[in-house]
Formats: sequence, structure tokens, C-alpha cells
Amino acid sequence: METRNKMNRRLIDHQLFWPLFALTVLLVFDFFYIKGFFHLEIIEGHLYGSLIDIVNRATPLMFLAIGMTLVIASGGIDISVGSVLAISGAISALMIGGDLVFVDGVQHYVARYPILVAIFVALVVSVICGIWNGLLIAKLGVNAMVGTLILLVAGRGIAQLIVDGNVITVYYEPFFYIGSGFFLGLPFSIYLVAAFLGLIMWLIKKTAFGLFLESIGSNRVSSRFTGLDVQKIMWACYAISGLCAGIAGIIVASEVKSADANNAGVFIELDAILSVVLGGNSMAGGRFSVIGSVIGALVVQTLTTTIYAIGVPPEITMVVKALVVIVIYLIQSQMGKKTVKRTVKTSAGETALKTQEAKA
Amino acid sequence: MRTENVLVRMEGICKEFPGVKALDNVDFELRHGEIHAVCGENGAGKSTLIKVLTGVEQNERGSIYLEGNPISPQTPMEAPALGISTVYQEVNLCPNLSVAENIFIGREPIKHGKIDWDEINRRSETALARLNVKLDVTGRLDEYSVAIQQMVAIARALDISAKVLILDEPTSSLNKIEVANLFRIMRKLKSEGMGIIFITHFLEQVYEVTDQITILRNGKLVGQFETAKLDRLQLIAKMIGKDLAEFEKTIKESVHDAGVAANEGVFYKAEQLGQQGSINPFDIEISKGEVMGLAGLLGSGRTESARVIFGIDEPDSGEIHVDKNKVTIKTPVDAIRLGLAFCSENRKTEGIVANLTIRENIILALQGKRGMGAFLTRKEQEEIADKYVKLLNIVTPSIEQLVGNLSGGNQQKVLLARWLATNPELLILDEPTRGIDIGAKAEVQKLVLQLASEGRAVLLISSELDEMVRCCGRMAVYKDKQKIGELNGTEITELNVMKTIAGGQN
Repeated sequence: METRNKMNRRLIDHQLFWPLFALTVLLVFDFFYIKGFFHLEIIEGHLYGSLIDIVNRATPLMFLAIGMTLVIASGGIDISVGSVLAISGAISALMIGGDLVFVDGVQHYVARYPILVAIFVALVVSVICGIWNGLLIAKLGVNAMVGTLILLVAGRGIAQLIVDGNVITVYYEPFFYIGSGFFLGLPFSIYLVAAFLGLIMWLIKKTAFGLFLESIGSNRVSSRFTGLDVQKIMWACYAISGLCAGIAGIIVASEVKSADANNAGVFIELDAILSVVLGGNSMAGGRFSVIGSVIGALVVQTLTTTIYAIGVPPEITMVVKALVVIVIYLIQSQMGKKTVKRTVKTSAGETALKTQEAKA
Repeated sequence: MRTENVLVRMEGICKEFPGVKALDNVDFELRHGEIHAVCGENGAGKSTLIKVLTGVEQNERGSIYLEGNPISPQTPMEAPALGISTVYQEVNLCPNLSVAENIFIGREPIKHGKIDWDEINRRSETALARLNVKLDVTGRLDEYSVAIQQMVAIARALDISAKVLILDEPTSSLNKIEVANLFRIMRKLKSEGMGIIFITHFLEQVYEVTDQITILRNGKLVGQFETAKLDRLQLIAKMIGKDLAEFEKTIKESVHDAGVAANEGVFYKAEQLGQQGSINPFDIEISKGEVMGLAGLLGSGRTESARVIFGIDEPDSGEIHVDKNKVTIKTPVDAIRLGLAFCSENRKTEGIVANLTIRENIILALQGKRGMGAFLTRKEQEEIADKYVKLLNIVTPSIEQLVGNLSGGNQQKVLLARWLATNPELLILDEPTRGIDIGAKAEVQKLVLQLASEGRAVLLISSELDEMVRCCGRMAVYKDKQKIGELNGTEITELNVMKTIAGGQN
């Protein structure tokens, strides 16, 4: 009994417990209140259902959350990701587009530039956006909120310039595969997230990047005195965040088959920050868990889908979302954790007591 | 004789912070028309005493009288209303407001429901004129020099109330002429009957301007003395806590067990190294196998020297040789790559990373030296951490404990472990034993000597003279941001060090 109690305790102390707990509660709710929520079916070799839909829709947010986690761990924040997402989408859509040609009398769309070139350019520009943020914040010491606010505003303008104020429609079909294609029965974008997450985990666990990041996020002065290149590490975080926003932008553009510089990724930076927080990460920097943030992104997307599915009137969806977020956040707070711990303890104690009684 | 004319009297003041007796039964007395220095090393209780008087902190026992009436200021707002004003070390004004706004902020005179700007400007000019300062009071504060800003702060203090003026380290950022001007004003205010409490680390200034000295040490009152009757040597002895008779004894006994292995060759040599504003250019040479001390009072330039040597503050003059090669050290990374290590005096803010574990803290500098790619495996990390936990007797249930949860002494040992793990040729230790208990102190001192005997160079900075004398084979003495001398071998006695700091005056 004693060891079991201890195990319970350790489980609760684990950072991933709370995001998973929140996700489970939401899913249990959906199981009871939304008919057919867990229904999966295979159509033409592809898996379909609400669950798949949530994961698929959450992939851009997962990318943003991964980048945001690193930036927040370094003690900063990046609110420009929505605009970078729009820039990346605009570039890829514009470069691919699709010109109608007739081959042997059959109509057929071809890309303006090879698709890989377009993606490469979009990602390079996104990384440059991140490097710009890094220049302001890591090198020049601008406050992170203010520094990335510049790109939040300017970036949307740049995206509109790229598409000349129009919504660019993409006709070239192979491009759609990124955001809405299926591979081995599952949405292709899930594999992208998995691959990128693997890369980041490798960087964090197999190089000293993770240790250095937690160190500078916890105590920047000590880290500098200990010989860590604080600027370079912060710079890397913003560049990675830019890259993540770039990938998310391509996925979004591919999914909706167009680039809308006005509306793509508006307010998504807030969902990204929310994912990081619901993933059990501290806004103060230091210790972090990228996996937690990815789960956090799933929580956010599940919540959004749930609210639409149970038919909350559109004009109050935001309010309902905010209320649920507050509840989840309170449970994860120190006070909430203590209450839950106490409940676990007493219930474990009661079980112990009952067993003893039964024995007697 | 001193009973008449008393302006402020504090009796039996006690103030406790968790685990520390900041003030233990301290008396203090300030008279009209007197400039009164409060002296003591870091942590002696000077600032706590001032904070109690100004209502920032509340005393637990004891009483305060102002002109014979008992007072007990509960907030920093109450003291000025009673007639006690303070000017702090860092000018705490608003640089982006005008001079006049700064003088009247928070207490603007109102006429017909509006701020009376004419009144503000006129009264500001009068207040400044009293200090012999004439300037455009509508100009922004940051257009003026720090010295002028200091004057504005004083003018504000005087305009609020004018019985007791407290000046907390007002001269640390002023040049000689500005200091002279400030002193002239202080004397003028004194002649007007004001009582001035003056806190400074510059002993010269204590002798130049004050009438009385109150000395504190470790939260206790050492005594109150007439400045003219207390010589510098006695003052330093009382601040540091050594009796003169005791010194004579130590001199006879003084046998140096350190510095024996010295002169295995010079490891670090700097000529005319300096940084404008923080430390005047100095020469220094440190040999392998030697413990070199940097002595001096707080703010004398000893820590500043160490920071310039380690590249925390980029030197703007001088030439550095390490192992006979000419090198440049502009950042801590440069220094670490050349085999230097630096334990800061500010353990919490510049040393430990509280949210990381003991293991992570210990390997941090080594990993920084290796770079990001060559990440130590978990097993290697654990081996290194275990080794130093054992070697330095770090008391902890596990190396996965967060460093923030350890006691001060154990945190200090973790820092030492962090640097020892990099296998440094020159280890700079700034106050390595501050705030740790006697047992841990002795262990650290033993370690310092042991490192030297292994052929490493150690640069030691400590406010505790007996520690310096016990450990150092050679010693550079600092005063007023300048290196003023060096002591060798048997010359190193507490008395000699104090004499050098006092400027050779007995």
C-alpha cells in the first residue's frame, strides 16, 4: 500500500500527468456528450473520424507549440508566429500556384517553381524572420514581447505585399498532399510532426542544447559567467520558432489550397502560448517539456472541436473556451495540485483502512 | 555632554530576519549640526539600521526618539513627514521627467484643482539654489550629469523635510570635484543645524567630512567615536573585529604554510589591465602553485579586478599573457578556454542555477567548455557529480536534488565542484566562505591550500582578514578602485594589511 501511494505521488508530480489528465477529461466528456465521437471508419484505405480530424487539425499548432516551448524556456516569448505562418503560406502558394496547360488535349496544372524549391524558399524566409527576432532580442536586448510584436505587425503587412493583397489559390495538386494527404492510412502531416519532434528531442537529449537552454532560462547571469554563449542559444530558439511557423504555414496553405494573408494564423500565437502553458511549462522559463506542449496543443484543439461539436452558439464559443481554459489552468496550478494530491492521499488512506477492516 | 541637543536617538534596536540577527541591541545617537558616519563591513547592519529609521523595516524591540518624542515609522511614507529624508546610492528619480517634476513628484501643490506649475518651478529653483546649483528646472533630468541628479535628489529630500538627512553611499559615482562640492553643501547644511547620517565605503571621506563615527559589526554596535580621536587603523580594526593587542600576538605567531610551492612559473600576467569607471589599470602576476590574495575593503576594486581578469567586464586597456602567450580575454568563454575559473561573490544571482539539479550544476561549466556537441553521457555526468559530492562532502540525499534546496555552504561547494570539474589552471574565488558555517569554511580554506599544492594558481578574495592571512602567499592590496601595493610572504599579517589599506598611517 505504501509503495502504491508513493507511485501515485510520483505520477502526479510528473510534468506530463496534468496535460494528459486534461486531455482525458475532455475526451471522456466527448464520449458521453457527442454521439459517435470515437467512431473511426476506413474509407478508401484512409482512417476517418473526429479523433483523426482533431490530430490533423492540430498539426500546425503542434509545430508552433514546439518552437514556442523553446523560446519560452529561454525566458522569452514569440508572438510573431502567426504572421510568419502567413508569410510562409503566401510564399509557397505564390511560387507553386499552378498554370493550366494542355498535354495531349488533357488539361493539367503545373507548378511555377518545383515544389521543393518553393518549400525551401518559404522555410528559409521563415528562419530569417526568426533570426531577425533573435537579432532584436538576443543581440540588442529588446524585450521579447516588444521585439516580436514588431514582426507580428510588420509580418502581416509583408505577407499581404507578397500576395499583392489577393487570396492566392493553389491548383497544383501534389502540394495538397502535405496538409490533407494520407500515408499508411493516417494524415501525412502527423508524420511531419513526429519526424520534427524526433529531431528536436534528439537536439535536446543528445546534445547539450537542452541543458544550456534550461540553464539560461533559469539564471541568465550565472549561465554567462559559467561560459555559456547565452546570445547564441537564445538566437537559436527564435530561429527554430521561425522554422516551426514556416512549416505550419505550408501545412495550412496546403490544407486550404490557398494563401490568405489577411486571415491565416490570426491569433494562433495565443493558442501556441496556451498549448505551452497547458503542457505544464512555466512562463518564467527554465525547465521545459516539448512533449507536454504537443499534448497541450492537442488539448487546445480537442477543446475547440468539442465546443463546435456540442453546438455552442458561434458568438459565445470564445467565452466558453476561455472558461474551460481557466478551469484547466487552475487545476494545474500549485493550489489545484495540492488539492488533488490531498484527495489522492485520503482516498488511498481510506482504501488502506478498508483493507485493514476487511482483514479484521 | 551629549545628552543635550539630541536630534535622533535609537535605543536597543533589534531586528531579525529569518535565521539572521540583522540588528542586535543597537544604540545610535545623532545631534543637531552633526555629520555622522555609519561604518561597517558588508552585512554589518548599516542599511538595516537606516531602514528601521526610515520606516522601510520595523524594529522588533527598542525605541526611536526624534527630538525627544518617541516615533515609530511604519511605512517609507511616514519618515519624510516626520522630517527624516533619505538619498539612496542609486539615484531613484525618474530620468524622463523634468527636474522640477522630480522634486515635487507625488506631492504637487494644487491651485484651483490643477497642478500649480509656477509654484513648482519657483520652489524647485529655491531648493536648488540652497545647494548652489543653478539650472533650468524644466529640463529633463537625464540631460544632466549624475552629480547634478544627486543634487536634485538632495534638493527633493530637503524640500520634503529638513531635520535629518540620510546619505547612503552618495559619492560612489561622483568624481573628485563633485565630491568636494557635495561636502561643501553637507557642511553648509550642518551649519544650518541639520543632522546628517553619511554612509560610505571610502574611509578618506569619513575623515574628511564627519564628526562622529558609529561602527557596526555583525549586527552589533561596536561603539560610537569622535572622528578626530579615532585613527584609521583603529577604525579598520574595529570594523573587521580585531583587537590591536590581538594583532601583535598574531604577528609573532605568523608562520606561512601557504605559498610554499610557488614559483613553478608564472601562469597569468597582466600589465596595465583596467576598465574605465570600475578599476584603474593595474599589473598582476600569478604563479602556478600560489595563492594570491586581493585585499581591500568592499568597493576597493578587488572584485572589479577579478571581473576584468575573467572577462565579465571587458577590459579597455592592458596586455594579458597566459602561460607566456599573449592572449585577449573579452568574455568568460575566452577565460574558461584558457584555463581560468571564477566563483562569484553573489552565489544566488551569479553562481548557482537554482532550478537545475546538483548534477547539472556541477557539469555545466565543463559542458560549456566542451561545447554543445560533445554532450557528456548521463553516466559520465553522474560519475563527475558523485566524485565531487564525495570529495567536497556535499550533504545531499541525491545528486538529482535541486541546488536551490541546499544550504548556502553546500551551494558554495557545488559551485567549487563546477569549476574544479573544468580542471582549471587559475581559480578565482570571490568570497568563497561568505555566509557559510565555520565547519564548511575550514573545509573550503583547506581545499584552497590543497589546490595550490597541486600546482594550480588561486586568486582569493575575502573580507575576512584572518582567512586571507592564513591562505595567501602573496597579496595585492586595493583601495579606492586602485591597486596600492603588494605584500609578500612574512609581510602578510593582519596588521600590515590594515596599515596598507589605511595608507601607512598609524
